[in-house]
Amino acid sequence: MRAICLYLHIHQPVRYREYSIFDVGSDSNYFNDDYHSRQSNERIFKKVATKSYHPTLDLLERSLKKHPDFKVSLSITGTWLEQAEKWDYALIEQIRRLVSTGQVEILGETYYHSLAFFYNLDEFNEQVNIHANKIRNLFGVTPKVFRNTELAYNDQLAQWAEQKGYKGILAEGWDKILAGSSPNHVYRPIGCQNLKLLLKNYRLSDDIAFRFSNRGWSEWPLTAPKYQQWLNGDCLRGNLINLFMDFETFGEHQWADTGIFNFMEQFIDSWLAEYENKFITVSEACDFEPPVDEISMPEIVTWADTERDLSAWDSNAMQASATHDLYALRDRVLATKDLQLISDWRHLTTSDHPYFMCTKYWNDGDVHAYFSAYASPYEAFMYFMNVLRDIEFRLDSK
Amino acid sequence: MLGWELPPHNSGGLGVACLNMARALAKEGIDIDFVIPYSAEHPGTDFMHVLSATNLDPIHRFGGGSYASSVIDQKIITSSTRNTSVSIREIQHEYCDYVKDYLKNHHPDLVHAHDWLTYEAGIFAKKQHGTPLVAHVHATEFDRAGMHTGNPLIHEIEHEGLMLADRIIAVSESTKRLVHEKYHIPLNKIEVIYNSLDQNYQNDDYTFDFAAYNYIKQLKNTGHTIVSTVGRFTIQKGLPNLLKAAQLAISKNPKLIFILAGDGEERNELINLSAEYGIAKNVIFTGFIRGQKLRDIYSLSDIFVMSSVSEPFGLTALEAAHHGDVLILTHQSGVSEIIWSALKYDFWDTKKLADEILAVADNSVLKDTLRHNVSQEYQKISWDKVAKKCLNVYNNTVKHKRN
Repeated sequence: MRAICLYLHIHQPVRYREYSIFDVGSDSNYFNDDYHSRQSNERIFKKVATKSYHPTLDLLERSLKKHPDFKVSLSITGTWLEQAEKWDYALIEQIRRLVSTGQVEILGETYYHSLAFFYNLDEFNEQVNIHANKIRNLFGVTPKVFRNTELAYNDQLAQWAEQKGYKGILAEGWDKILAGSSPNHVYRPIGCQNLKLLLKNYRLSDDIAFRFSNRGWSEWPLTAPKYQQWLNGDCLRGNLINLFMDFETFGEHQWADTGIFNFMEQFIDSWLAEYENKFITVSEACDFEPPVDEISMPEIVTWADTERDLSAWDSNAMQASATHDLYALRDRVLATKDLQLISDWRHLTTSDHPYFMCTKYWNDGDVHAYFSAYASPYEAFMYFMNVLRDIEFRLDSK
Repeated sequence: MLGWELPPHNSGGLGVACLNMARALAKEGIDIDFVIPYSAEHPGTDFMHVLSATNLDPIHRFGGGSYASSVIDQKIITSSTRNTSVSIREIQHEYCDYVKDYLKNHHPDLVHAHDWLTYEAGIFAKKQHGTPLVAHVHATEFDRAGMHTGNPLIHEIEHEGLMLADRIIAVSESTKRLVHEKYHIPLNKIEVIYNSLDQNYQNDDYTFDFAAYNYIKQLKNTGHTIVSTVGRFTIQKGLPNLLKAAQLAISKNPKLIFILAGDGEERNELINLSAEYGIAKNVIFTGFIRGQKLRDIYSLSDIFVMSSVSEPFGLTALEAAHHGDVLILTHQSGVSEIIWSALKYDFWDTKKLADEILAVADNSVLKDTLRHNVSQEYQKISWDKVAKKCLNVYNNTVKHKRN
């Protein structure tokens, strides 16, 4: 059997607005901005819903109906679910229908799309629990396979997941780690007995996620038959192909007019046309074969950038300072038992916030390398710190 | 090359830009005759021939000379070499006459004219001798008038110069757009070439003697943040908005000191405003300064604000960056198109400016990051690159003419 494990990540952060120092102490609305403002979460969510969420879910639903062998796995952050509940409840209902087919699995992760594992383990545990509860409440299932924010992974995280009883965990299939081995197998994280490690086949994933519409790419245009050929070729080094990507690949990163939806539908049909081919969920992938080898990643590996590290979130002084000052407030915030305050604080742990403060490519003027909700990383930092001041003000006023 | 001023007899960035550009072009092998409208010594200009069109005193003694567009017909200039006073318009006529004479014996490959003051002479060369004309736009009358109408006569001269020029160089994308929209020049005739930092700043042995500024030193030692701006006090520079923002910012953080370096027609209004806003104690007016003193102001400042309503380029921002300041720039300044490591705002948004000043003053991480990053960034912009681009424009212009 040759199997594709298709996993899509659905997320929207709750962006803070251009929160002025003159609002500190008088207005604690950080997240709701005018509909037409740059940081309007509602406007952005509705835009992406039209362009990507609806057409992609429709496509998946059609394929699930058409092919009992079509499977897909989703990770859905709490911050996305909150916004969908508020502004487009039909999305929740549709995902519920998808899950009820039994062909769709939902992964575990942090509710707030945070990197808390690396900063505060207690907070991390709570956010994972809050997320699992939310998924149970909305969809009636319990996540069995874990993915950390930005696929940020190391050996300690694997040990944590094993302890918590997860069946598997996801990570980047980065060449430096694999050292010639193939990502198309099931692995066992070092020091674990039961936990399985699934590695992203980043070449074949990125062909769709990043390169699909690039006219400068020598392989453009990518067609379903051509892609099928590549998949067949890649199966020579292992029969499990892990295609991990953002849900928004379909319709938002690659617009509809690039032909991405037609491509995807054709590719699903043509892959399943061959009798030995299947799609499987992440749990099924864990059982695809016994682990072929043990893998160790002592350093953090992510699915981001060419560096595959956390430098987009944690490499400059602004990011370090914002993260430090944020987590330093945790104990005081939790001690208040003020649910609104705790929720506000937790929304600040979303990893998109320090990402917007990244200056890695900023000086080169390469603004497009990083999509940002703010005019500059400096402004992102400035407004974030103002929000923290107000949180502190609220703490001091208790 | 037709210019109106050269350092040390300059009243603003125009002279600095001309000198540096000419020097870099000379290095590329260009032979330059540079015509100025006055007589004076110009040390450090051996790489070209500086030609004086009149025997008048240097322009900077004339009180803002090249920029005082509202008074071009008034007899404001008292010459020590003549009995009568003269107007800018009269100097322009003499300048033109000089260029006419010059062209009888010289046949330049190309005339490069800087701003409206010299366009008439450039137009003459083009019309009478067919000399290819490159018009360099450092500022238009719209900029000088703070995007109001300005002087119609100057508009006319600008329009004619820009229409007749073979190629136009604009100092920023926004200037290019303005030349296109206001003077109806096709975009493909306009090339953007940004300015760079004065080479003297990078090469000389300037040292900052903090001890000479006891008062400011004491303020800084007691936790004050120094915010400065440098420029002519005219409507173009948006200084009343800066004072409004200062008032807002000081209401949150009284340890802010604003230094306004420069002089101009708005001076009294600004002094009055600072009193009216109740922040006179926090605002320091230095008067017109240059050279070492100016660099000291940059050096002792933490933040440099360019508050211009319309600033074609804004060399002072690069100078401030060179001296370790954090930059806060209006989106309406050309320099903000190429500097990324800065905070920016729209000139009317006084609340945002106050926000940005407060954020830098209260957060050493933000301040250090911005300062460090901009110090890396401004060095990437060099006059050598400017000269290469200029040369390209020259070659295309001359080639086009020959065909």
